Amino acid sequence: MLGLPSDIWVPIQLTIELAAITTLSLLVVATPLAWWLARSRAAWKEGVAAIVSLPIVLPPTVLGFYLLILLGPDGPGGAIASLWGARTLAFTFTGLVIGSIVSSMPFVVQPIRNAFAAIGDRPLEVAATLRASPRRAFWTVALPLASPGLLTGAVLGFAHTVGEFGVVLMIGGNIPGRTRVMSTAIFDFVETMRWRDANMLAGGMVVFAFAVILSMILLEKRFARARA
Amino acid sequence: MTDGETIRAAFKGTLGKFSLDAGFTAPAKGVTALFGPSGCGKTTVLRCIAGLLRLPDGLCVVGGDVWQDRDGAFLPTHKRPLGYVFQEASLFAHLSVRRNLMFGAPHSEGDAGRGRIAFDEVVELLSITALLDRAPGKLSGGERQRVAIGRALLSQPKLLLMDEPLSALDRATKGEILPFLERLRDRLSLPIVYITHAIAEVERLADQIVLMDKGRVIGAGPLDELQSDPALPLAIARDAAVTLDGVIEKHDSGYGLLTLSVGGGSLIVPAPKASTGEHRRVRVIAGDVSLAREPPGLSSILNVLPARIVSATPVEADEIIAVLALGADGSGARLLSRLTRKSWEQLRLAEGTSVYAQVKAVALAPGRGELG
Repeated sequence: MLGLPSDIWVPIQLTIELAAITTLSLLVVATPLAWWLARSRAAWKEGVAAIVSLPIVLPPTVLGFYLLILLGPDGPGGAIASLWGARTLAFTFTGLVIGSIVSSMPFVVQPIRNAFAAIGDRPLEVAATLRASPRRAFWTVALPLASPGLLTGAVLGFAHTVGEFGVVLMIGGNIPGRTRVMSTAIFDFVETMRWRDANMLAGGMVVFAFAVILSMILLEKRFARARA
Repeated sequence: MTDGETIRAAFKGTLGKFSLDAGFTAPAKGVTALFGPSGCGKTTVLRCIAGLLRLPDGLCVVGGDVWQDRDGAFLPTHKRPLGYVFQEASLFAHLSVRRNLMFGAPHSEGDAGRGRIAFDEVVELLSITALLDRAPGKLSGGERQRVAIGRALLSQPKLLLMDEPLSALDRATKGEILPFLERLRDRLSLPIVYITHAIAEVERLADQIVLMDKGRVIGAGPLDELQSDPALPLAIARDAAVTLDGVIEKHDSGYGLLTLSVGGGSLIVPAPKASTGEHRRVRVIAGDVSLAREPPGLSSILNVLPARIVSATPVEADEIIAVLALGADGSGARLLSRLTRKSWEQLRLAEGTSVYAQVKAVALAPGRGELG
């Protein structure tokens, strides 16, 4: 494909697949969580918010270590894997998805939570006075009004998953074709002195990161203009 | 009045440092103004009626339907057939004007029928036809508020709640919206609870008034009764006035004057042409009413009405507020007159005295001293 050697192309494919699945799963998980964090008056919600944010400050090796234990044969991950006859979720693509969800969660939850909080109570009160049930108000008012935040969250989640290295190495094991993604492939190329290949992937990542950040800035500007 | 014809609301509780203990019963028709200074708890009462705020010790029965009672019944806001117009228009920024208007409209066409407020009617009533496909962000303040009113109406409410819908607007825009509110009141048979701290809006719109102060209701009843009650703050205010409902008797097109029949007399009022039999509100400011013991001779004052002094209340140091009842027998509408103690003593006026109340016609011109 594209004239690239398969040990470059396969990690790229795997990375995109991982990031896409992770981002979609995160939107499903993080949106209700962000809604609850933005709206709840429970005192302990900030404790939950802090736990969700831990991956921002924890060294990826620490996160990876505990995930490895949880996903391993003696953890809940092993129990889940036994449902289909496997021994463990560690060193599998599924394990990689779970690890990416955890490590990218704060980057998705935070912008969505901020967007929900910025809407305030008023539009939801208006919706209620117009006979909209809380469910309908969420889908037809809160979600569309928070859509810039959802988009930001999705882009950040995708980009962060693509860029994750430590966690992926710890729980994925860098197995070619199964858990070797771009970031770990670069590491491998450097270890084996394949500078040219490493440069190709690394340069691609730089261009990708630049494109992501630029498009986010432009999108935010456009949203701000549209709502002015 | 039976429950089916009234709005009964009573709420008691504390919110932070503020304590509320307010209740009133009003007819479920026309405009009921909740009037009082800022911070007196008007908005809190309105939010309680809407169910946006839940005070456990609350009662709310609208047209016989229990929305909240003290036994724990509480209908959530979205199940109450009400419309709510907030101080700021609060349109949905992500929807066009048309989709904002349709947001609360019932989907099933089966609801069509008697008493239903039609889309075209609302759009015409509020003059928003040209705005339908615009985004809310592109509208002026007055346009936005009109759309918000239309949106509330199209949800087919049985009660419309309005929380100072004009207060966020500038003076000119207020003047632009008020006629729409008057048309709304006159054309739709929809009870409205209207919050304001501007007496001019009360005088233009209200049929009943609930006076509030510091979380309590200090008076409730028909507007003209409360305006002429010297025990309440309205009558003794510097800008006190009464609002009379008059029926047009005739129109003198040569001079541009209407003759309005009010209880116990008739008033000559400058006004553009209007047909006889129509109702017209006229606002008579206490300071514009002078008193005479004898019918005056040649005078420029067109309105001279026999009346009787019902009560007199000293205000400030040297002024008196006199409540008058129109008609030689004192059985007609109430009027206020504010005069100096000197005049009062020189004319040897007292409660029960028969007098002639005089008001210059130009003092009754529409729009005078309004919307301050």
